[in-house]
Amino acid sequence: MSTVRNEIAAGFDVQKVREDFPVLKQTIHGMPLVYLDSAATAQKPFAVIDAIRKFHEVDCANIHRGVHELSQRSTAAYEETRSKARRFLNARYKNELIFVRGTTEGINLVASSWGRHNVKAGDEIVISAMEHHSNIVPWQMLCEEQGAKLRVIPMNGRGELILEEYEKLLNPRTRMVAVAHVSNALGTINPVRQIIEMAHQAGALALIDGAQAAPHMKVDVQALDADFYAVSGHKIMGPTGIGILYGKTALLNAMPPYQGGGDMIKTVTFEKTTYADLPYKFEAGTPNIAGGIGLGAAFDYLNHLGLDQIAAYEHELLLYGTEALLQIPGLRLIGTAREKAAVLSFVIEGIHPHDIGTVLDRQGIAVRTGHHCAQPVMDWFHVPATTRASLAFYNTAAEIDALAAGLKKVKEIFS
Amino acid sequence: MVDDLYQEIILDHTKHPRNCHAMADATRSAEGYNPLCGDKLKLFIKIEGDVVKDASFVGSGCAISTASASLMTESLKGKTREEALKLLDKFHDLLTTDTPVSKDLGKLVVFCGVRDYPARVKCATLAWHTLKTALNGTAETVTTE
Repeated sequence: MSTVRNEIAAGFDVQKVREDFPVLKQTIHGMPLVYLDSAATAQKPFAVIDAIRKFHEVDCANIHRGVHELSQRSTAAYEETRSKARRFLNARYKNELIFVRGTTEGINLVASSWGRHNVKAGDEIVISAMEHHSNIVPWQMLCEEQGAKLRVIPMNGRGELILEEYEKLLNPRTRMVAVAHVSNALGTINPVRQIIEMAHQAGALALIDGAQAAPHMKVDVQALDADFYAVSGHKIMGPTGIGILYGKTALLNAMPPYQGGGDMIKTVTFEKTTYADLPYKFEAGTPNIAGGIGLGAAFDYLNHLGLDQIAAYEHELLLYGTEALLQIPGLRLIGTAREKAAVLSFVIEGIHPHDIGTVLDRQGIAVRTGHHCAQPVMDWFHVPATTRASLAFYNTAAEIDALAAGLKKVKEIFS
Repeated sequence: MVDDLYQEIILDHTKHPRNCHAMADATRSAEGYNPLCGDKLKLFIKIEGDVVKDASFVGSGCAISTASASLMTESLKGKTREEALKLLDKFHDLLTTDTPVSKDLGKLVVFCGVRDYPARVKCATLAWHTLKTALNGTAETVTTE
């Protein structure tokens, strides 16, 4: 194990990176904080915190249409994030990036705006067995409303989608395939490029829930040929309440607005309103300006570290963590896909995840326990809940050791 | 460290829950569900006249919810409906307020540590919420949400 640790340390200066995250320098119940809940929300570097602070201290004004200096500054900073998002996801045009509250709102926007105008009775929507509730419920609501059918790609015991079964689900009635790039509950990295290609061959569109992928790997929406791709700012070291929905221009242009209000119009009279062009058509009301500016700083920060370097370091950490946890008797990993992001979801025989979570918390270790908003995944594995340690590039091998030691303490108490 | 929460009696009732079985001749039963944890519980009580003669439960849950159900069923036996509901209020106060501990709680005082773990209060009260439904004779599943 010590060799693995040295290799990890050699490639990536994690101690230096940790200096960027003030939240990590604290003790919880007298123990150093070990934050292993980044899949729920990632911690924020100074760069993001400072950008939000600067906006409120120096540039604060509402965006668009203001002729005064502050409004022009805040508009420029906010719109600059859109350009950064374009580069981050490698979209072709800046106007294909819509600001939303997060992945959930992005999916709801598509299900509502595109869905209601394109999905008819008898049509089919395909999702997968490992989706987060946010990529299940909007489609379920749409299907109920339109009389369409929701179909589910099954997975195998490792938590990998079965593509042969997926192929059988596709047919001329399939309108949309909506799948997670990376599973939040299992860590599985899905072969989305292939999934999208198969959807297109069947004449369907594809939406990718990128919430868990964007923090861990380079995403290229053009290479994937995704029709829609949604991400959350707070999972990629940005603030909460801001996210990005990518959509292909032709699709977005053909869709009606999602919400009505200020900023999404060209002209308004009581007889008739004409809508703004992309992307503003989908951005009614004063947005989360500070959040958007903070997100821009998060994009810069991740680019500065390098997504490839992040992915390589986290992969080492995942291997180290997997090995460490498997040495604990009675522990079963839930989600053992061959292509996997740094998520360690597990159960320990005879001990409820909430008791594990509480005992770990008293040792300063933050993990998530429960169904992770993926109840169908829990049902599939016949567990009521799991304990999930989700890693980020600021985590260390020593923190994995602390988790393993914490779990030994858990076993002492409950055995 | 976490000994204030997982006291010896709680661990004992978790590992060896008492009255953990279905009851064929129950006069009342109710189901409880905590969506946060996935804890599920079915409570059975047998009432003769106004007195709880017997109480039992089945279900799956965390250490706190299992021990709570186990100790609750023990403490209910022989109590009138009104006494049981009063005990419920006192138990709830124990977990959520700083009021002095009532002597009527008996062994149930071992749950006093839960008040320092707000996220776990629902685990300890699941069985008691279910009891209220059973005593009131309403049939639907109660949830802690």
